[in-house]
Amino acid sequence: MSRRRLVTVLLVLAVVALFAVPLLMDGGSSDFTGTDNQAVTAIQESDPGYEPWFTSVLPPLSPSVESGLFALQAALGGGVLGYVIGRLRGRRSSTPAPEPAEQP
Amino acid sequence: MHIAEGFLPPLHAVGWTVAAAPFVVHGARAVVKEVREHPENTLLLGAAGAFTFVLSAIKLPSVTGSSSHPTGTGAGAVLFRPPVMALLGTVVLLFQALLLAHGGLTTLGANAFSMAIVGPWAGYGAYRLTRSLGGGLLPGVFVAMLVADLATYVTTALQLALAFPDADSGFAGAAVKFLGVFAVTQIPLAVGEGLLGVLLFRVLTTNARPELERLGLLPPAPAQEEVR
Repeated sequence: MSRRRLVTVLLVLAVVALFAVPLLMDGGSSDFTGTDNQAVTAIQESDPGYEPWFTSVLPPLSPSVESGLFALQAALGGGVLGYVIGRLRGRRSSTPAPEPAEQP
Repeated sequence: MHIAEGFLPPLHAVGWTVAAAPFVVHGARAVVKEVREHPENTLLLGAAGAFTFVLSAIKLPSVTGSSSHPTGTGAGAVLFRPPVMALLGTVVLLFQALLLAHGGLTTLGANAFSMAIVGPWAGYGAYRLTRSLGGGLLPGVFVAMLVADLATYVTTALQLALAFPDADSGFAGAAVKFLGVFAVTQIPLAVGEGLLGVLLFRVLTTNARPELERLGLLPPAPAQEEVR
């Protein structure tokens, strides 16, 4: 394995570990609420009289539909990102030694 | 960092919208100019937008027992300068507000201000600082992603503290409370985002070297040499 590939693998492992460790350490005691929701709770605690004066244009979605839409967003982004990287890669391999610069 | 729909008092909602609007308009012009003058960069521009799109859709667990999502705005800020991200980030927020009921139209201005304006500029500043201190491209990208992520959430916390000051301790007390919700949770995510940014740019340095040279991120180098 080349050094470059090793670094890539280590980087990926580090990212995975960074998010797997909190899940494993926790052992099911916390529910990993989103911080956005925690902020709403904090507002309602500090200012119980506050009424949201505008509601979302979309009716409240069931959690499963919502997570599907989040997955859709990630899929769209991932698709475009993959397409771009694929094109860049294809371009690089189809043009061997891109114009070796005019030598004097 | 998405302030929920209706959860900013009208005055604040209008204020942040007015504050964010010129940046977003300027960003839209920057995107049009970039595409027109450098059509060869359109692919990378798409990659920058897509990166933010993916990362802001994924909620990740953190050591605090809560979860949050990265922003991914640092990459585009490093590639195309922050104004471009003012538009791309706002498009992401608008998509989430309209289709996912996440964030909202009344809080779009405030959310755009934190994620699409403060985050990219802070990340870009950190990138420039790293490079001027002699850091390479990848360390610069790591710092940019990390700082852009953290700065976004700190901004959100301060926006909420401004709108909902504590009854006893005022703005400062509320700021501590909201920073407690957002900032600590965000630290491991910001590190993770920094690492993802490094992975992305390792791919780009091998596959999009001409673009990176044209954008001034890498010095023009002999074509054969690879960045390790």
